[in-house]
Amino acid sequence: MSAPRAEWPLWEVFVRSRRGLSHQHVGSLHAPDAELAVRNARDVYTRRQEGVSIWVVPAAQIGASSPDEKDAFFDPAVDKAYRHPTFYAVPEGVEHL
Amino acid sequence: MSVAAAATEQTWVYALRLGDDALVLAQRLGEWSASAPELEEDMALSNIALDLLGQARTLLTRAGELEGAGRDEDALAYLRNEREFLNVLLVEQDNGDFAQTIVRQLLFSAYQHELYGALRASTDPVLAGVAGKAVKEVAYHRDHALTWTLRLGDGTDESRARMQRALERLWPYAGELFEADALTDRLAADGVAVDPAALRPAWEAFVLDALARATLTLPQDDWHPTGGRAGRHEEALGLLLAELQHVHRSHPGATW
Repeated sequence: MSAPRAEWPLWEVFVRSRRGLSHQHVGSLHAPDAELAVRNARDVYTRRQEGVSIWVVPAAQIGASSPDEKDAFFDPAVDKAYRHPTFYAVPEGVEHL
Repeated sequence: MSVAAAATEQTWVYALRLGDDALVLAQRLGEWSASAPELEEDMALSNIALDLLGQARTLLTRAGELEGAGRDEDALAYLRNEREFLNVLLVEQDNGDFAQTIVRQLLFSAYQHELYGALRASTDPVLAGVAGKAVKEVAYHRDHALTWTLRLGDGTDESRARMQRALERLWPYAGELFEADALTDRLAADGVAVDPAALRPAWEAFVLDALARATLTLPQDDWHPTGGRAGRHEEALGLLLAELQHVHRSHPGATW
């Protein structure tokens, strides 16, 4: 093996499906820049007509919570049922709620 | 033979020519499967190969129908010998390195884009139908090739040198794409086919602009290999067909 190749940076791919309103994360891929990342995403993630719009984001640019902080971040919400909007009486005749 | 029968006979040969171009290039691009420089590029080249294979299937099926001898797409793809293939020499050229594959893609997809664009007006409904669908696929193939041509040509010293070498190697084969002969003259006059020579100005405008932007130098235009449309091929096609056909020929009628 010769010297290891420089890897292309990682991109996270978001696709808006035909009937969806928002872009959803579908996976990641490698590409040298945003333009090629979109093309690669088209080839890797929309081969079966999955989408009508693609976003790509450099994985390094995503600020993320740490798995180690999971307890502190999310457990306190477990016993606070009053935060769910289930304590309101729904008035008669209200549709689409 | 009646005039109409002669026209049909020529149309089937024309469909065969276009189908063979697509089939042979699909097979070539398929060779990149699992060995492209990056996984993502592997997918891109495989997708392009599958688009071409789809075009080939429709065109060969149409050729078989018009021939009227009971040959279907499989008979035409798997049971003809090298001298019976009518593809241009450009598409049978080896993949070489990635640069060579990209230059071949640039030259050929730019041609195919003009061809299918014009063929949408064909009086043959199947040819017009294939062209209408394929022109969108080929627009992407051309765009893919252009993107890489610009990046590699106007890239590092190494990538530029490889692109220039590939261009020197493949440029002579471009001439054959635009060769008219008695068959295309006749079918173009009938509105069935496109006059290949008429496609050249638009092709040149696109390709020369791409090469200039990629800082590549146009090679000398002095040698024009030809003969593919008459079944005279290079050694490379025989090897390609051996790989394409051997399973079908070893196990006739096998299905899975």
